[in-house]
Amino acid sequence: MSKQKNSFLEWIDKRFPMTVTWREHLSEYYAPKNFNFWYFFGSLALLVLVNQLITGIFLTMSYKPDASLAFASVEYIMRDVDYGWLIRYMHSTGASMFFVVVYLHMFRGMMYGSYRKPRELLWLIGMAIFFVLMSLAFTGYILPWGQMSYWGAQVIVSMFEAIPFIGETLHNWILGDFMLSDAALNRFFAYHVVTLPVLIVVLVFVHIIALHEVGSNNPDGIEIKENKNPESKIPVDGIPFHPYYTVKDIFGVVGFLIVFCGIIFFAPEMGGYFLEYNNFIPANTLQTPDHIAPVWYFTPYYSMLRAVTVNFLWIDAKLWGVFLMVAGVAVFCFLPWLDRSPVKSIRYKGPIFKFALAMFVISFFVLGWLGTQSPTPLYTLLAQIFSVIYFAFFILMPWYSKIDKTKPEPKRVTK
Amino acid sequence: MADSFSINNEMSGRRKFLVAATSVAGGVACVGIATPFVKSMMPSERAKAAGAPVEVDISRLEPGMLLMVEWRGRVVWILDRTPEMLATLEKLEPQLADPNSDKVQQPDYAKNRTRSIKPEILVVEGICTHLGCSPVFRKDIAPQDLGADWLGGFFCPCHGSKFDLAGRVYKSVPAPTNMVVPPHVYLSDNVLLIGAESKESA
Amino acid sequence: MNKIKIFLLVLCFAPMALYAAEPGMPLDKAPIDTSDNESLQRGAQAFVNYCLTCHGASFMRYNRHRDIGWDNEAVVLDKLVMTDQKAGDLMVSAMRKNEGEEWFGVAPPDLSVIARSRGADWLYTYLRAFYRDDTTVPGWNNLVFDRAAMPHVLYEFQGEQRLVVKNVDGKEVKSLDLVKPGSLTVSEYDRYVADLVNYLVYIGEPIANERKRIGMLVMIFLFGMLGLTYLLYREYWRDIH
Repeated sequence: MSKQKNSFLEWIDKRFPMTVTWREHLSEYYAPKNFNFWYFFGSLALLVLVNQLITGIFLTMSYKPDASLAFASVEYIMRDVDYGWLIRYMHSTGASMFFVVVYLHMFRGMMYGSYRKPRELLWLIGMAIFFVLMSLAFTGYILPWGQMSYWGAQVIVSMFEAIPFIGETLHNWILGDFMLSDAALNRFFAYHVVTLPVLIVVLVFVHIIALHEVGSNNPDGIEIKENKNPESKIPVDGIPFHPYYTVKDIFGVVGFLIVFCGIIFFAPEMGGYFLEYNNFIPANTLQTPDHIAPVWYFTPYYSMLRAVTVNFLWIDAKLWGVFLMVAGVAVFCFLPWLDRSPVKSIRYKGPIFKFALAMFVISFFVLGWLGTQSPTPLYTLLAQIFSVIYFAFFILMPWYSKIDKTKPEPKRVTK
Repeated sequence: MADSFSINNEMSGRRKFLVAATSVAGGVACVGIATPFVKSMMPSERAKAAGAPVEVDISRLEPGMLLMVEWRGRVVWILDRTPEMLATLEKLEPQLADPNSDKVQQPDYAKNRTRSIKPEILVVEGICTHLGCSPVFRKDIAPQDLGADWLGGFFCPCHGSKFDLAGRVYKSVPAPTNMVVPPHVYLSDNVLLIGAESKESA
Repeated sequence: MNKIKIFLLVLCFAPMALYAAEPGMPLDKAPIDTSDNESLQRGAQAFVNYCLTCHGASFMRYNRHRDIGWDNEAVVLDKLVMTDQKAGDLMVSAMRKNEGEEWFGVAPPDLSVIARSRGADWLYTYLRAFYRDDTTVPGWNNLVFDRAAMPHVLYEFQGEQRLVVKNVDGKEVKSLDLVKPGSLTVSEYDRYVADLVNYLVYIGEPIANERKRIGMLVMIFLFGMLGLTYLLYREYWRDIH
């Protein structure tokens, strides 16, 4: 029996590097043994991606990308399609949970310096995934064609008008019309179900290949590859990903599923955060809802967009707002070169970095909360203050990371 | 320096048990999550509503006349057979593959020579049991193309299958079985309900 | 490390509490119970009698009412359908969209998911907050929806209310006064509206009760699975030193 199995494997291996791939990426991929709670979110992001792909395929079977039919087709899925409600809630909850796990995954990288040499490219590929994810979320949110879909998209697409000279032409080119309409819905559907999913799958694949080339970072921020067993050539602090991290990640997946299913089955609207109340009103091109706010995962950047209220230099406030918002996302890309600390992990960094990171997290949450609120003079002022703090974390990093009092890194990973 | 792990190549009983138990539970979970996805592809409530039974008024149906109605997107024939037409049914039986309608292609109440509730009224889905074409009603007797033996019936133009005036299939044609008699019931003498056997079960 | 986790957790939920508080007229709490089939059935009949003339519930099928105890189609047809519609049909309104626009200025919205956008409390308060106002076109106005295009359809039941504006500590306080009683007492009318709103909540998401029932089974399974996978993880990780 096992002889047969082996000859079958040999037959495959001569034609496809199956055993080699298995070894390289699972059974003989050595990961640091000291991964903690924060290291669950990479595999969870992959899980949510698969969830989105599968539920998405099933939703396209019944959804109609037509301005006059889209809203009704979503309710058709919710009522007339057997278990359509479950598939739709899995997809809508999955969208929000995707951002939850990706934000935590990124925060993990910021705490333990996972963006530092030699993982700069890995970090940049991750940022590319984050951009594509945002585009996916944006194009997907338009599809139900409710009031928030319509007016949210209207606001975002209008930002392109701020670009000097070509703005208006670009705006019309993106929409295929002079305003948001059926034509845009149809093409955003194409991006959402074909272009962007293909892109994100390719990028995730590349992200994992790059990770396995340089090896995983760990909470101590030291390179386990620098300390190998002279005989076996295995890092002394490394353990095979399979079976040790597969069993650990399976446990993490079940824990995550408890939260995920809890939301799907008991609070699919999540208090208006995951499914906004106004999106249960069909899109009305003549009337903006009293209060519009993007979905929660965009609100920090949305706050930055609104924070700029004065024209500055020869550029008007609207364009500055757009610029600030784009910068708010893009600035993460520069982290590998902004951080001048001699150590990677927060465990050995000094009090200034810890304070700066805490301030950054606070400003992210405050900006996020402000983005859900109607603007008042006080809120606009708060948005301005916290936008400054947000950017200060990055801009001042070359300075404070250098002068910070660090502790020496250990030779071996700690528990 | 030793490696920081030592794989137990000999799986302990406890480890074996836990792997097996988790695999079984994981299998159950996979089946559990696959079920709603598979079920979501069944006809939806809208399709079911569109496929609801149809009521047909047959008061204006004349002897020898064929009426076509749509049920679940398929054509259903209602044929009022003349006494001469009914007489052909017995004569043709030696040439038929399943003259007694033994294969279940009809409700029990239509398992008879005329394959109908009322002898003269035939209700049958107008779809060839070979590959789904709709046969042609050929009531002309002994036409040139079908030969001198043809006493009237249904002829499928796609692949040449022949059926008699009760929708029973001839021997040695591509179609394997008799045509399907859908569930139906007479709500009154002239009102026929196709697709259900009573108004309540509709 | 734990401090960071707790801190993040608190930050995650802090905005939720604040989000709920919106300014405006205080809303009365609607007594919603979508497991109460009798209330839902009364609400359904009120809906087809008084709402369906102008508003559709056009994502809802008549035969879906098997959820609320009418599992025989003949019963559904008898209780709810007054036109020649079939049991599998959608609950569309008899009124056409342009007619609605002509009569009321705006087309009456479809009510299938109104409870999901407005919320039960808003609907419950709204339907009880009509008052006579001769300055408006329909002759009615509403405390929670100023200049609503809809007239007070349930006027015969509730009677006629008038607006009372009092000045308390320099603040305007608006309240309603029943000047002409209708055929129902105040508590009977509240019950009637509660049934109707209960029904609207039900049609907003007919699967809701079933969803929670399935959810319980899923959660029980997952907690079992959590224990099992934890043991598996600990078992393998005994190798690590």
